[in-house]
Parts: sequence; structure tokens; C-alpha cells
Amino acid sequence: MRLTAENLSIRRGNRLVIDGLSFAADSGEVLLLTGPNGAGKTTLLRAIAGFLPLESGNTTLHGGDTEREIGEQSHYVGHANGIKSSLTAAENLEFWCAYLGGSATRTHRRDRVYGALDRLRLAALEDIPAAYLSAGQKRRLGLGRLLVADRPLWLLDEPTVSLDAASVALLAGIVEEHLSGGGLVLAATHIPLGLGSARELRLGGSPAASPGPSDSMIMEETGFNTGLPSVDQSRQGQEK
Amino acid sequence: MAMSPFFTLLRRDITLALREGGAIGTALGFYLIVIAMLPLGLGPDLNLLSRIAPGLLWIALLLSALLSLGRMFETDHEDGSLELLAIGGTPLELVAAAKALAHWLTTGIPLALLAPLLGILLNLDLSAYGVLVLTMLVGTPAISFLGAIGAALTLRARRGGLLLALLILPLYVPTLIYGIQAISGALLAGQSFWPSFLILAALSLGSLVLGPLAAAAALRIQLQ
Repeated sequence: MRLTAENLSIRRGNRLVIDGLSFAADSGEVLLLTGPNGAGKTTLLRAIAGFLPLESGNTTLHGGDTEREIGEQSHYVGHANGIKSSLTAAENLEFWCAYLGGSATRTHRRDRVYGALDRLRLAALEDIPAAYLSAGQKRRLGLGRLLVADRPLWLLDEPTVSLDAASVALLAGIVEEHLSGGGLVLAATHIPLGLGSARELRLGGSPAASPGPSDSMIMEETGFNTGLPSVDQSRQGQEK
Repeated sequence: MAMSPFFTLLRRDITLALREGGAIGTALGFYLIVIAMLPLGLGPDLNLLSRIAPGLLWIALLLSALLSLGRMFETDHEDGSLELLAIGGTPLELVAAAKALAHWLTTGIPLALLAPLLGILLNLDLSAYGVLVLTMLVGTPAISFLGAIGAALTLRARRGGLLLALLILPLYVPTLIYGIQAISGALLAGQSFWPSFLILAALSLGSLVLGPLAAAAALRIQLQ
């Protein structure tokens, strides 16, 4: 499976946030989107998921289900968790498992949900309404979606927000597992996920100094042309 | 047993409505208050009240249902669920239909069932009770399914409630006219019940199809 984007341009309002971006990612690979605030990380992920129209260019998931949109083959983890506060932790995951077609039978579904809750260290909280969970626990519960339904492409937008160090390691393990199963991950992140083999796609440009669409956008991609994994994680720390 | 995403979503929305209870309670409470105030404002003329009761009950029902319409997509939009529902593999039209159906089941039906009880306050003709409930049960799907369009259009508008009312109330006019027409057709000699009743049913069936289509188109824009 291979995700390619060719000559991608995405407009938000009057501003061309992404201008002529091309990249590719293969099965078993994680592509880290880095760059300062406003560089277009979220915009890019939302465009790939199909929420935003493309100004030009196209995205293709080679080897995917041709009948379905890329978004329908993706898990999208955005800024909000997609959790209902009056449902319990288990009910929240069960809903997503059933809705996303995670499994056909009820017993299997319960197995998956409780497996995911265990894995995310939420098993003790399964009967508690999500309203009473802490921000980090809600985040983990939201990430539980990744475990209860199988989707080849994961689009993660700041997945580590409000997670503690142990939970970040937990997430890294889940991502590694997905990769070794032939999955594909695009993650926008400010902090290193602790993944060994991450390539980095740096989105540049300073939004404050870009009045119009003709503004020059700097898109540089590291480690892509060489085909070698770039473990240059220190660069992610250079957040303005 | 495997449940289709449509019924999974429908069941979740009904569970949420029953568990949170605020929307149903507000709608029923508002309906009760408005109807209880009308005789106070109009005076104790029983004949007058009896004559205008069906119309008052219908109009108050429309307004009460409007109160909870705004929340149809709003909570899902706020907590990020709407995006996930959109890329879940189920067409957005079906998502909108499931949510509108859940709204009808948890708001339209309770309001329609409360109406005859409130009819007592307006000295509603005894023979009208059955017809009133029947026309309301048949007419209220249009309220939820047309309302879905307005709820989707005003999703990101701040204080969208009033805008929603302005957009949607005109669309309810046909339902209101034929609902009242059917009731008076059943009560008065020389008028017939069925033509108006069938048009009322047709309006609901039409909105069942058009509502989700238009709502889904609006939601796609709102998700950008």
C-alpha cells in the first residue's frame, strides 16, 4: 500500500496554505508532519481525509479499496476526541467499533473493546461516564478507536496532546504495531513520538508574513529523496 | 447480531437523548407552558378556545420542536464525532437521516402524544382527540427531517437558533395547513378528511427523502 500526493495545493480563505506539495509514503512507514503553527499540518491531514477540497493536485491510496474514499479507509484523530460524555468509556468504544464496522458479532466486538480498554489502561474506568475522565484519559479513550476498527491509514493530528510520558510510549507502541502490520501513518506532532523509523515532512512558511496566495511557500522534505529514514528528531523541537 | 451503522447511530442518539433528557424535557415543558398560557391571554370563552384549539396545539408543537432542532448536529460537531461519522464509510445522507429519525422518535412522538392532554386546557372537542394525534404523528416527521436542513445550515453560526427558526418555519407552513385541514375535515360536516391527510403524509414522505439529502450537502460545507 502506498499513499501518494501530487502537486497538492490547498486554500484556506484567501491564503494558499499548502502550495505544490508532493510526497509519498509506503506501507509500514510513518510520515511525521512538522512545522511551525499555521504551517498547514492540520490542513493537510484534513484534506487527505477528504474534509477540505483541493485547489489542485490529487491524493491516491495505491493498493487500497478503490470503491472507497481515502477518508473512509482512514482513522482520523483530530483535536477533539469524538467522545460522548454521558456514555461510559466502554459504550463510547463499542459505538465506534460497531459504527466503523470493527467486527460483525457482538461478542467479538466486546472482546475488542475490552482488549482496547485494557491496553489503554482504562479498564478500571470502563463503567464510568466519560464526563468524569481526565483530559488525558479522554484522549486515550479517543485513541481507542484506532484499536477497535481496522483501517490501513492513520491520520493523527497532535495525538499526544494531554498525554503523559507513559501514554506517549503506549501510543508509540500502538503505532509501531500498526506499521508492522502493513499500516501507514501520517502524524502531525510537536513532540517526538519515540518512533525509530520516522521520516519527516517539514511544512514551512511564516503565515504572519504571507499576505497573498503568491507568497512563496517553503516546502522541504527531509529524508525522502534519499530513501533513508531520517531520525532527525531534534528538528521537531525547533518550534517557534 | 450485527447492526448496520445506521441503526447503531440511531440507537446511540436515542440513548443519548434519553440519558441527557434535557432536550425532551425542554420541548415538553415549553409546549405545556405555552398552551397553559393561551387561555389566560384569550379569556375563558370556551367556544372560542374549542374552535381554535387544533391550530394552537399545532403551532405550539412546531415551536416546541424547534427548540431542540439546533442540537441535532451541534453536539456531534463540538466533540469531533461528526467528522468521524462522515468518514465512517456510511453516506452522510444516512447519517443525517438517522439523526433526524432519532429526533422524531424522541421529540416529535412525545409532543404528539402530549397534545391531547393539553387539549383539555383548550376545551378541545372530544371527537377531535383521535384525529389530532393521528395527524400529528403523521405530520411531525416533516418537522424533524426538514429541520435537519436548518440544523445543518446553521451548525457553525453563533446564536444560530433564531436563524434556524427563520429558515425552517416557512417550510413547515404546508404541514401546518394540511394538518389543520385534515382535523377540520374530520370534524365538520361537508368536508373530507382523507385528501388533506394524504397530502400531509406525502409532505412527510417527501421530507424523508429531501431532508437528509439537503442536510448532508450542508454538512459537507460545514466540515470544511
